Amino acid sequence: MTSFLSVKDLHVEFPTDDGLVSAVNGMDLSLERGETVGLVGESGSGKSVTTQAIMGLFKDSKARVSGTIDFEGTDLISLSENRMREYRGKKIGMIFQDPLSAMHPFYTVGEQIAEAYRVHNQVSKKAAKEVAVDMLGRVGIPAARSRADSYPHEFSGGMRQRAMIAMALVCEPELLIADEPTTALDVTVQAQILDLISGLQQETNSAVIFVTHDLGVVAELCQRVVVMYGGQCVEQAPVRTIFREPGHPYTRGLMASMPALSDETGRLKPIPGSPPALLDLPKGCLFAERCEVAKLLPEGLCREERPLLRIHGDHEVRCHAHERGLLAVGGPSAAGNMKGESADV
Amino acid sequence: MSEPLLKVTGLRKHFTVRKGLARQASVVKAVDGLDFTLERGKTLGLVGESGCGKSTTGKLLMRLLEPTAGSIALDGRDVASLRKDELQSFRRRVQMVFQNPASSLNPRMTVGSAIAAPLAAQKITPPEGVKKRVQSLMDRVGLRPEHANRFPHEFSGGQRQRIGIARALALEPDVVICDEPVSALDVSVQAQVVNLLKDIQDELGISYIFIAHDLAVVRHMADDVAVMYLGKIMEHGSRDQIFGDPQHPYTRSLLSAVPSVELGAGSKDRIRLQGDLPSPANPPSGCVFRTRCPAYALLPEEKRLLCRDEIPTGSVACHHPDAPLLEIPAAATTLV
Repeated sequence: MTSFLSVKDLHVEFPTDDGLVSAVNGMDLSLERGETVGLVGESGSGKSVTTQAIMGLFKDSKARVSGTIDFEGTDLISLSENRMREYRGKKIGMIFQDPLSAMHPFYTVGEQIAEAYRVHNQVSKKAAKEVAVDMLGRVGIPAARSRADSYPHEFSGGMRQRAMIAMALVCEPELLIADEPTTALDVTVQAQILDLISGLQQETNSAVIFVTHDLGVVAELCQRVVVMYGGQCVEQAPVRTIFREPGHPYTRGLMASMPALSDETGRLKPIPGSPPALLDLPKGCLFAERCEVAKLLPEGLCREERPLLRIHGDHEVRCHAHERGLLAVGGPSAAGNMKGESADV
Repeated sequence: MSEPLLKVTGLRKHFTVRKGLARQASVVKAVDGLDFTLERGKTLGLVGESGCGKSTTGKLLMRLLEPTAGSIALDGRDVASLRKDELQSFRRRVQMVFQNPASSLNPRMTVGSAIAAPLAAQKITPPEGVKKRVQSLMDRVGLRPEHANRFPHEFSGGQRQRIGIARALALEPDVVICDEPVSALDVSVQAQVVNLLKDIQDELGISYIFIAHDLAVVRHMADDVAVMYLGKIMEHGSRDQIFGDPQHPYTRSLLSAVPSVELGAGSKDRIRLQGDLPSPANPPSGCVFRTRCPAYALLPEEKRLLCRDEIPTGSVACHHPDAPLLEIPAAATTLV
C-alpha cells in the first residue's frame, strides 16, 4: 500500500562559502489522507526545510535536493518548476509562521486570497472575490465582506493568521502544511487558531503536516508525531505512544526539559550541549554528543556508526540503545519525566 | 515584617498618540494603576498577552520610562525623584536581561568588553581587576572565559543569553528585571537558562521581576505572580494560588488555553476566549476584561450591570469571581 504522501531518504544541502550545509540528511515521512502529523524539533533540525522541499520551493535554486517525495504517485522532486506550480497552492497549501511577512503589504487581504484562487481556477475577478469573502467568513473573520478590503497591517496578529489560513485553503488543497502557524501568537489566540485548523481539516478531510516545537500543541492536535533532529527523523509514533513511551533519548530529553503547568516544580532537566553543526556532521549518531545513554553502549558505537530507523509496529526509533533494548519502557530517564502519566493511567 | 525591597504603588504610564490628518490625540493607557511588592531573594512573575503592559512595567521599574503617576520605591526611596547622580547608583542595583540576545548585544564589541561595560561605566572595579571579574562572571554563567575575545555572532542563542545575564550580574544588582529572557530559545536550551537563573538567585540572593508570556516557565521561576490585562493586574497571588486555585476568569481562561501534553485532557471543557485584546487606546469601560470574559457572557443582565463599574482592587480584580465560566449542559446535571 502506498501512502498519500511518502518522503524517502530526503537530502537537502545548501552550498555556502563555508562549505556544504546539510540541512536535511535522509528524512523519512509518510502521511495518509485525513491525518494530522506533528513535525517536532528544535531550530535547525530541518523541519522547515523538509516542508519547503515538499512544496518544491528549492527548484531553480542552488540547493541540492535528492531522495523521493511521492505525492499520490507523482515524484515531486523530478517535476519541473512549471509542473510543480500546478501542485503548489492547488493540491498542497502552506501556512507560514509570520503572516505579516508572508502577505503583500500593498494589496488588500481579499485581493490576495482571490489571486490565489484565480491562479488555479478560470473565473472572473468578481467571482474570485466572492470566493475570498466566503473563505474569510469560514475562517471566522467577522464582517468578512468589509474586512476583505482591509490591508494586512490593519489586521491583528490572530486575524492575519486566519487570513493566511483562508489563503492556503481557498483552493481546497489535499495536503496542508502549517509551519509554526501559532508560534508568534498569544496562548488565547493560539487556542482559537488550533480549533480553527482542526475544524477545517475535519470538514475537508485534508491531510495536515503541522510543524512546531511545542509538544503541547502536538498533543492537542495531532494523531502522529515525527521527531526531527539534525535533519533526520529520530522517532515517530502515534501521539499516545510518544508521550507514554518515548523511545529516543532526544525525545525523552525534550519532554524532561519542558516546564509543565502541573506536577512539582522541581529543577528542569535540560539536554546538555547544543544541536550539531550542519556544516560538519558527525559520522555516527547525530545526537551521540549530547546523549547520556551513549555511555552505556560499547566503546565508540554511537560515535562511529549512524543508527537506522527501526520499526516496532507503528513506532519507529533511530537509536542503538533502543535497538538493543537498553531503553526499556519507563526506563530510568523516562519514568520521572513523563507528564500526565500518573493522571491519565 | 521588614520593608519590601521594591514597592510599587499606583503605577501608571499613559502615552499620548497623535494619529491621522487632524493629529487627534488619544491616550494609550499602557500601564494603568499597578500595585505590587517584591521581597529580597524572591521572584515576581508578570504574565499576560502581548500588549498587556508587562514590558512597559519592566521599563518603568528600570526608569527607562518616566511614570505618568504612582511611585516605585527601592528600599523605601522613591525612584522617580532620583537626581541624575543618584540615578547612576540606582542603576547599579537594578539591572535588566532582554528578550532578544542577538539585538541586545553590540555586534562590534567583544563579549568580554560587553560584560565589562557596566563595570567601566560605574567605575567600581579598578581597571586592573576588570579582566578577572569578567572571567569569573563568564565562568559563573557557564561560558568559557577564554572566549572573552570573541564576538556575539560566534555564539549560539543560549550562549548569547548567558552573556546578557553575565552583563546584568556584573554590578551585583539587587533586582534583575528579566523581560522574556527565554522565549527566543529552544526548549532544551531554555531549561538550561531557567536553571542558571535559579542557581544564581540561590547563590546571590537577588530578586527577579520575571516577565513572560509562557505560563509554565513562570510557574517554574516565580514565587508570586501578577496576571496583567490591558495595563491592569487582574489577579495577584502566590504561585500556588495562581496556578493551583485561580479565581479570576481571565487567569482561568489563560491557564485553560495552554496546550497540554497531558493525554486525555479533554479539550471540550476548555475555556476559549473569543476575539483579540481590545485596543489599549480605547479600553472597555468598567471592567476592562468584560468584552472577552466568559463569565460575563453567561451572567444574567442584572448582574452584568455591575461589571460596568471600575473593577475592585485587591488580589482578584473581578466583580463576580465565583460566576461559572462554562455552561453546564442540562444532560450532565440530570445524570449527576
